[in-house]
Amino acid sequence: MTELERHSYDVIVIGAGGAGLRAAIEARENGKRVAIICKSLFGKAHTVMAEGGIAAAMGNVNSNDNWQVHFRDTMRGGKFLNSWRMAELHAKEAPQRVWELETYGALFDRTKDGKISQRNFGGHEYPRLAHVGDRSGLELIRTLQQKIVSLQQEDFRASGDYESHIRVFSELTITRLLTNEGHMAGAFGYHRETGDLVLFQSPAVVLATGGIGKTFKVTSGSWEYTGDGHALAMRAGATTVNMEFIQFHPTGMVWPPSVKGILVTESVRGDGGILTNSEGKRFMFDYIPDVFKEKYATTPEEGDRWYTDPDNNRRPPELLPRDEVARAINSEVKAGRGTPHGGVFLDVSSRLPADVIRKKLPSMYHQFKELADVDITAEPMEVGPTCHYVMGGVEVEPDTEETRLPGLFAAGEVAGGLHGSNRLGGNSLSDLLVFGRRAGLGASEYVDRVGGAAPAVTDEMIAEAEAEALAPFGVEGGENPYTIHSELQETMNDLVGIIRTESEMQEALAKIEGYKERIRSVGVQGGRAFNPGWHLALDLKNMLLVAEAVAKAALERQESRGGHTRDDYPAMSPEWRQVNLICRSTGDAVELTRQPLSPMRGDLLDLFEVSELSKYLTESELPKGEH
Amino acid sequence: MGYSAKFKVWRGDDEGGALEDFDVDVNEGEVVLDIVHRLQATQAPDLAVRWNCKAGKCGSCSAEVNGKPRLMCMTRMSTFDPAETITITPMRTFPVIRDLVTDVSYNYTKARMVPAFAPPADLEPGDYRMAQVDVERSQEFRKCIECFLCNNTCHAVRDHEDNKDGFSGPRFLMRIAELDMHPLDTVDRRDVAVEDHGLGYCNITKCCTEVCPEHIHITDNALIPLKERVADKKYDPLFSVSSLFRKATGRDKAPETPKG
Ligand SMILES: Cc1cc2nc3c(=O)[nH]c(=O)nc-3n(C[C@H](O)[C@H](O)[C@H](O)COP(=O)(O)OP(=O)(O)OC[C@H]3O[C@@H](n4cnc5c(N)ncnc54)[C@H](O)[C@@H]3O)c2cc1C
Ligand code: SF4
Ligand code: SF4
Ligand code: FES
Repeated sequence: MTELERHSYDVIVIGAGGAGLRAAIEARENGKRVAIICKSLFGKAHTVMAEGGIAAAMGNVNSNDNWQVHFRDTMRGGKFLNSWRMAELHAKEAPQRVWELETYGALFDRTKDGKISQRNFGGHEYPRLAHVGDRSGLELIRTLQQKIVSLQQEDFRASGDYESHIRVFSELTITRLLTNEGHMAGAFGYHRETGDLVLFQSPAVVLATGGIGKTFKVTSGSWEYTGDGHALAMRAGATTVNMEFIQFHPTGMVWPPSVKGILVTESVRGDGGILTNSEGKRFMFDYIPDVFKEKYATTPEEGDRWYTDPDNNRRPPELLPRDEVARAINSEVKAGRGTPHGGVFLDVSSRLPADVIRKKLPSMYHQFKELADVDITAEPMEVGPTCHYVMGGVEVEPDTEETRLPGLFAAGEVAGGLHGSNRLGGNSLSDLLVFGRRAGLGASEYVDRVGGAAPAVTDEMIAEAEAEALAPFGVEGGENPYTIHSELQETMNDLVGIIRTESEMQEALAKIEGYKERIRSVGVQGGRAFNPGWHLALDLKNMLLVAEAVAKAALERQESRGGHTRDDYPAMSPEWRQVNLICRSTGDAVELTRQPLSPMRGDLLDLFEVSELSKYLTESELPKGEH
Repeated sequence: MGYSAKFKVWRGDDEGGALEDFDVDVNEGEVVLDIVHRLQATQAPDLAVRWNCKAGKCGSCSAEVNGKPRLMCMTRMSTFDPAETITITPMRTFPVIRDLVTDVSYNYTKARMVPAFAPPADLEPGDYRMAQVDVERSQEFRKCIECFLCNNTCHAVRDHEDNKDGFSGPRFLMRIAELDMHPLDTVDRRDVAVEDHGLGYCNITKCCTEVCPEHIHITDNALIPLKERVADKKYDPLFSVSSLFRKATGRDKAPETPKG
C-alpha cells in the first residue's frame, strides 16, 4: 500500500458550485486556508447550467420591489413551510450579494439607465431576476471562479505561492466525513483521475454538494447529482429536513428520448410563452388554486395585458409557482390532451418576433435547434415535468448554516429550509450567494472559536474509510451498478414522483430494501484510474440512502403541499404545516422523526394580511388584534 | 428507427492505447454522448469520459469525432450515415489521462496568469452603471463554456508542444480582450498579452472560431482588435485609437455613475 495522500486546512469546502465558491471566498477573506473540492473540473458544477437568473429585490425595473415583497413571495411559494429566518436573511441580503458580483467582474444585462436588468419569473411579484440572457448560471459560476483566481493572484503577490490560501482539488470525490467525539475532523475521498485515496484534516467542513436529481429517471440534473452531501451528512450524524419536497420543473424537454428531462427555462414563460394542450387551449386558466385566486388573471386578455401594464392587470397563470404548473401539465396529459410525445405545448413563436426570441432566449433556441430539430421561433416546443430541485436538505441553523454536527456547515441546494415546500425560480442562485457567504463566515468563526487545530483522525477511521471506498473491487463477477441505478431511478420516478399514494410509496420502500441488499454485491471491472463504473458503485450508496429518506418522509406526510402531492391526501393541512420531518441515518436505515416548526416572528407575520395567513396557519397561530 | 452503428473509440492512457471496435445500438434523436453512455452501461463500464449537462452548457464533453473537435453531447447521430464508422478520440493537444479524458490543466494555469478585473477603487457595489451596448462586446466572450476546443484546435499549440509555455491559446487571449473591453476595468493588459500570453503566435487563421460551439467570433471580435490595440500602443502609448476598446473613453459614454 502506498503512502496515503494527506492535506490539512482550516476549512474544507466540498462543492465548487455557487454555494461552495462563495463560501470559499468568504473563508479566505477571513484569513483561513481553504481547500475547494469538486467531482468535476473547476467551473463545471451544476450552477453553470442555471438559465433564468438570480432573484434579488433591487427594484431596478419596478421600484416598488423591496425585501419585504421578496420575503412574502418566497413564503407563499414555499406554502409557509419555509424557515422564515432563512427567508428573511435571503430577501434582505440578496441585493448586496448580486452587486458584489459586479465588483468581481460580472456583466449582467442592463436597464436603459445602466443598472442591472431584472426579469419576471413565476411567483415573483415584480421583475426580480438579474440575468444574462438565458445563461445566468454560467455568468455566476465564472465570476466566482475568476474571483477565486484573483484572490490566488493576491496570495501569490504576498507569498510567492498561488495556493497558499486557496487550493482547488478538482475531480476528487469525497466518500466519507470523519468525526471525532461528535466533532468534524476531516474528509476522505479519491482522485477520479488516478483512483488514489486522499485524507483531508480540518476542523470545519462546508458541504455545498448540490442536489439529488439522479435518483429520478427524468431529471434536469447531471451525473453529479447523486445526493452525496445529504448522505455524507446523515452518515456523519447530522440530519436532513423535509426531504419529501422535490421540485418537478414543469417544463423539461420530452423529445427526443435521449434529452428527456433537460430543462426548458421558465424565462420562456416569463418573457411571454404560453402553455396549450392538444386542443389548442390555454389550460392554465383552469388550474388557479384558491390560495392564489386574487393574484392571477382569469382571462387570456388580462394575462396578455400584464406584460406591458403589470400595475393594472394580474399576471397570467402560466407564471404560477412551479408545483402548480407541473401538476396541471400532468393532469392534462393524463386526461388525454397531451402532445404526440406525452407533453404539452409551450409556444413563444406566436408571441414574440423571431429576432427577439433569439436575443432573449439564445441558448433555448440553440438547444431545440440542435437537439430536437425544432425552431422555437417558428413552432411550439413540447414540454413536460422533470425532476429539478430538492427543497429538503441538510438541517442548518439559519444564521450560521451550522448543522447538528459541530464543525459541519451546509449551503446551497444541499441545505434545507429556505424554500419550504417549493422553491421559486431564481431563488436558488441567490440562496447560493447569501448562504454560501454565511456558511463560509460561520465556518471561519467556528475555526477561531475552537482554536484552529482539527480533532485527531485515527488509523482505524482511515482503514474503515479505505475499505468502504475500495469494497466494489473485491467482488468477483458482481452485479453491474448501472442496472441497479436505472431500476432505482425508475422506482422513484414511478412510485415517489409528482403524484404519490401510500401503497406505491410502500412498494418503493420495499424495492429500496432490495436494492440495498443488492449493492453489497456490486462489482466493478477495470482498474482504479478514471473508472466510471467504480464511481457509480459508490455514488449508488448515497442515492439509496437519499431515496429512502425521500420515500419515508413522503409516506409520513399525509397532506399535499408544494413539491409533495398525495393522491390520498389532496388537501393542504394547517396542522401538518407545523411539522418538519427530520431524517437521520442509523447505519443501515433511515430513522424519521417529527419536529415542530418554530413560530414566525411577529413583525414578519405582520407583513401578511390575516385573511391570507388563515389559508395556511391554524387558528391558534393567527395573530390576535387588528390588521 | 434504431440501427446498429460501428464505432471506434480510442482507449488507453498516458502510456499508449489504440482504437477499439464496438457495435452499438442507436435510437432516434441520439447524440454521440448517448452512444458513449450506452457503451458504458452495456459493454465497457470503465470507459472514461467527461460530461455534465448534456446540453452544450458546461463544456465538459469535448473530444474529436471523426477527427473534428466537437462537443459529444451536441453531435447528433443523424448527421452521420448509418453505414459510416464513427471514430471518437480524445482532444489531441492535451495529454491523455484515460480513454477520452485529457489533462486540461494547461488551461487553468493560463487562466491564472491573466491579471484579474480591477474596478475603479472608489466605485461602491450597487453604483455600477454600464450601458447595454457597452457590455455586449465582453458579454459575447463571456458566453465561453471553457470547452477548450479552440485551444485544442489552434495550430500554434496543437502541433507544437514547446509553444505551450509562451502561448495561452485563443481562449485566454480572448479573456484578455474581454477584460480590456469591460467598461469599468482599469488595467492595461497589452504588454501582458504579448509577453506572457504570446499574442504574436496567433496568425489569425480563424480555426479557433470555426470550432467554437458557442459561435463566438474569437478571431474577428477578440484577437484582431486586441492585436490592433497592441499596435496602437506602439504609436501612442497614452490613447487607444481602436474604437472597440472603450476603456480609455468608455466611462464618460456610459450613463452617469452616481456617487453615494
Ligand atoms: C438546467 C437548470 C437550470 C436552472 N436554472 C436556475 C435559475 O435560473 N435560477 C436559479 O436560481 N436556480 C436555477 N437552477 C437551480 C440551481 O442551478 C442549482 O440549485 C444550484 O446551482 C445548485 O448550486 P450548488 O452550489 O448548491 O451546487 P452545484 O452547483 O450543484 O455544485 C455542487 C458541487 O458539489 C460537488 N460535489 C458533489 N458531491 C461531491 C462529492 N462527493 N465530493 C466532492 N465534490 C462533490 C460537485 O462536483 C459540484 O462542484 C437550475 C438548475 C438546472 C439544472
Ligand atoms: S486565429 Fe489565432 S488563435 Fe485562432 S486558431 Fe488561428 S492562430 Fe490560433
Ligand atoms: S471560446 Fe468557444 S471553443 Fe474556446 S473554450 Fe470558449 S466556448 Fe470553447
Ligand atoms: S456535457 Fe456539457 S457541454 Fe457536453
